[in-house]
Amino acid sequence: MTIQTLIQAVEKADSANTLLNAVSALAQANSVEAIPTLIKVLGYNNPGAAVAAVDGLTQLGEPAVIPLLEQLDGYNYGARAWAVRALSGIGDPRGLEVLLESAGSDFALSVRRAAARGLGNIHWDKLPAEKLADAQFETFKMLQKTSEDQEWIVRYAAIFGLEGLAIAIQKTQPEWFINIQEHLQKIGNIDEVLAVRARAKWAIQKLG
Amino acid sequence: MADFGVESTENNSIQEEESLTIEQAIANLCHEELGRRYYAAWWLGRFRVNEPAAVDALILALKDESDRTEEGGYPLRRNAARALGKLGDKRAVSALIECLDCADVYVREAAAQSLEQLGDNSCIPALIKLLEGGLEVAQFVPGKPYLVQPYDAILEALGSLKATVAIPFIQPFVDHFVPKVRYAALRAMYQLTGENSYGDRLIEALKGKDLTLRRTALMDLGAIGYLPGAKAIAETLAENSLKLIALKGVLEHQLTDTSDFNLSESAIEVMELMDSLL
Repeated sequence: MTIQTLIQAVEKADSANTLLNAVSALAQANSVEAIPTLIKVLGYNNPGAAVAAVDGLTQLGEPAVIPLLEQLDGYNYGARAWAVRALSGIGDPRGLEVLLESAGSDFALSVRRAAARGLGNIHWDKLPAEKLADAQFETFKMLQKTSEDQEWIVRYAAIFGLEGLAIAIQKTQPEWFINIQEHLQKIGNIDEVLAVRARAKWAIQKLG
Repeated sequence: MADFGVESTENNSIQEEESLTIEQAIANLCHEELGRRYYAAWWLGRFRVNEPAAVDALILALKDESDRTEEGGYPLRRNAARALGKLGDKRAVSALIECLDCADVYVREAAAQSLEQLGDNSCIPALIKLLEGGLEVAQFVPGKPYLVQPYDAILEALGSLKATVAIPFIQPFVDHFVPKVRYAALRAMYQLTGENSYGDRLIEALKGKDLTLRRTALMDLGAIGYLPGAKAIAETLAENSLKLIALKGVLEHQLTDTSDFNLSESAIEVMELMDSLL
């Protein structure tokens, strides 16, 4: 089937199920031509189809970043939330600003959660060397703040983010690495939610 | 956007809530406006005002006769019963047990749930009594959307209270025709016997067509911390938020709540699944 046929199948879908199947098929085609359609699906208020579209966009990676960032200015809040998820999965530093903002202040915990996860997943090698240290320090500060979120799952995601950041900076910023370790230690000792403490302990184990 | 419909509601009502003080809320339980009494009972539970005066006033409200629905229900009693479960004061136990005989099924339901939360075994015989007659009796009230007893709440309470003496009464309900009741029975039977066959039937339920029922089964598997269900939980068609809550239940079941707990291999596997759902 050509990409055009797959796109048309998404546009013609007349039930939640056919839409889900059509979006999955389009996502699996892994073609940049699918990007605008997959992004449109994020605004359809169909969670199943949106998950499939996010997976497709994440897999496509870099070429989807600019279209996704443009989408963020749109009026559709639901689409915005899914776009943050896709950016979080792609890990392109051009999405960093959006992830920093969403992790700290989005009203929906599922968006803060996805953004915190994304901050641990940034492909730092794609950022110009002169911007690297500032961006990483800002990310560290934001994850520290996010690790004090009132929702346990956002704190859990912040630990995932801190772990990813720690691994990325271990060689270049050994002092921050120690700071992150200490911060995780603190969470592992005092967080009121057992699952969060467990995730912090696991992160500490992994960082050795 | 089902995915954060569940999550975005939490903050919306707080502004209004803050306009009450504890003293006002307790006093309002006897306010001449019935709406204020109803709200005050909810408020005391919401903010877990575990003060003797609040508990006393709520216990009194369990006998309220003034606030009635057209069908004879007792709205204030319902809210008072719910609040008492959250306050954790066992002085409420005997009054809540009396509520299990209330004519209003929603009062009975709230009482069963609160007795579960209070964790006092003295209510077990009264709960078992509501299961009398087994499946034959456990039918819908004619013309109503509810069964003659709040079976799911009763079964869940008996499971949480580790009421092994109730096993023969609970067992038949694993075949009840209402899925939610069935799941509650499976959940209780697993808690009481530790037999995987019951947990496995809840895993089966995750494949059902109805999203609401899949959500219920998710929460049940989380509540019993059923490790063999972890992967199935992660793969169900439902919101990640709910899957994460269920997996949290499974994870915490693998941990001991001490300051120096160790991470088992299975705990790490559950966290890997959780990471993938963030």
